[in-house]
Amino acid sequence: MKRHLLSAADLSRDDAELVLRTAEELRSLADRPIKKLPALRGRTVVNLFFEDSTRTRISFEAAAKRLSADVINFAAKGSSLSKGESLKDTALTLEAMGADAVVVRHSASGAPHRLANSGWVRSSVVNAGDGTHEHPTQALLDAFTMWRHLGSLDGRRVAIVGDVLHSRVARSNALLLRTLGAEVTLVSPPTLLPVGIEGWPVETSYDLDAVLPKADVVMMLRVQRERMHGGFFPTAREYSRRYGLDGRRMATLQDHTIVMHPGPMVRGMEITADVADSDRSVIVEQVTNGVAVRMAVLYLLLGGSEPAVSTEGLSE
Amino acid sequence: MPAPNAAPDATTDDGRTVLDARDIGRALTRISHEILERNKGASDLVLLGIPSRGVPLAERIAERIASVEGYDVPVGSLDVTMYRDDLRMKPARALLPTQIPGGGIDGRTVVLVDDVLFSGRTIRAALDALNDIGRPKAVRLAVLVDRGHRELPIRADFVGKNLPTSLVESVRVRLQGIDDVDAVTIQGSTEGEVA
Repeated sequence: MKRHLLSAADLSRDDAELVLRTAEELRSLADRPIKKLPALRGRTVVNLFFEDSTRTRISFEAAAKRLSADVINFAAKGSSLSKGESLKDTALTLEAMGADAVVVRHSASGAPHRLANSGWVRSSVVNAGDGTHEHPTQALLDAFTMWRHLGSLDGRRVAIVGDVLHSRVARSNALLLRTLGAEVTLVSPPTLLPVGIEGWPVETSYDLDAVLPKADVVMMLRVQRERMHGGFFPTAREYSRRYGLDGRRMATLQDHTIVMHPGPMVRGMEITADVADSDRSVIVEQVTNGVAVRMAVLYLLLGGSEPAVSTEGLSE
Repeated sequence: MPAPNAAPDATTDDGRTVLDARDIGRALTRISHEILERNKGASDLVLLGIPSRGVPLAERIAERIASVEGYDVPVGSLDVTMYRDDLRMKPARALLPTQIPGGGIDGRTVVLVDDVLFSGRTIRAALDALNDIGRPKAVRLAVLVDRGHRELPIRADFVGKNLPTSLVESVRVRLQGIDDVDAVTIQGSTEGEVA
C-alpha cells in the first residue's frame, strides 16, 4: 500500500486482498473480552471532519482506539475552521502536534489529495469521503461484506442503484470491485449519472427490473438531496417507483443475493422498511465490518516502519 | 529434497538435515507423553500453535494425545504479530489466524506450541497476547527445536531437540500441510557444507 489511502484506484488487487484478509483476522477481536490490540500504541490518529458524519467518524475512532492509538477528534463546528482558518493552517497545526495519520472528510472533492501531496504534513492521509469524489474505506468495507457472504468476487455481478452522480461510494466501489474482478452495473435515472461515465469500468442501465434477477449484490444509494440544486427527477414517489427497492422487486432476486446500503438510509425513498429489515439485508453488518476494515487500513499504513507494500506482507 | 528416510546428516541443496520425518514424529510422540505426564492427564489442556508452523505441530500433538488418552484436546492458534516488539522495525506485516477454542483459556493449562525457540521474543509476545484473551491456570511451552541464543529469560518445558547453533546459521522447519515434506534443516553452516 502507498503511504496514503486517497482513492480506491490506488489499491492493487494484492493490496486490496491484504486489507480484506487483515480485516478478517481483526473482525474476531469483537468477540474477545478485551477488544484491544497494542499495535499502534503511542501513535496519534486525528479525525479531521469538515463535513457531518456519524458512522464514519465513530467507526474510525473505534478502529484507532482498538489498536491502542491516541485519537484526536477535530470537527469543523466549534473549531477555528468556523472562524475561517484555511485547510493549510489546520494542516500545519496538526503537523506541529505530531499526528501520525489524518483521517479527513471534506465537502470539496480533492481536499485529502491536496493535504497528502502539498508537503504540509508528513502523516499518512486517509480519505474518509471527499465531496462527490471518493470514499475508499467504504468501498473496502462493502467489498469485505460481499467477500464474507459470497467468497471470491471474480465474475460476481454487483448492481449499484440510485444517485450515482452525487455518490462517492459508487465511484470508489466501481473502482475497487473492478480491481477485485466483479462486474458492476450502475442503475440510475439518466439525470443522476455523472458526465464521463463512459470512462468508468462499469455497465450502466436505466431499468432496475431488468438488472435485479442477475445480480449477486444489490447496493442501494441514498438520494443526496442536500447536494442537489435543481430538478433531477419529477417527484420522490416517481423515483421510488422506478428506482426504489421494495418487497416486490426483492422477490425477483436470486436466493443468495444480498442487499446493501452505505447509510444513512431514507426508508421509503430508495429502500422500503421491509427490505431494509429482511434477511437479505446486511446493512447492520456493514457497520460492524467497517470497524474491522478501518483497523486493517490503519494497521497496514501505520503498524510498521513503513506501509505494507504489495510485494511483502505475506512473508513468514 | 531429502527422502523421508534420509540419513540424519544427509547434505542437500537445502542445507543439512538434522531431523527427518521419522525423527519429527518420534519427538512429537515423546512431547505428547511428557505433556500428559506433567499435566497428569489431558483434562483442562488447551494447545495453541503459533502460526504458521506451530499450528500443524499442535494438531499433531493433539492427535497423539487423543490416541493415548482417548480425549480430544482443544487446539487453536495464536497470532502474535501485533504484540511483537519489532513491529515498528519492519513494514507492517500480514496477520495470521488466531483461533481460540470455544471453551476459552480461563482456568485451563495452555500449552503454546512453536517450531523453533530462538531469542524468546515470539514467546514473550505470545504471553502478552494470552493476557488479553484470558487467564490460564498455567502456560507451558513446547517447541520442536530449541536452537539457543535466548535474549529473554524464557525456556521451553517440552523440547523435541536441542540444537546448538551459531548465529550465522539458520534453522528451517518444514512440515507437511504447509510444505511438501517433514524436515528440519540447518543452512549456512560451514560444517554442513563440508560434510
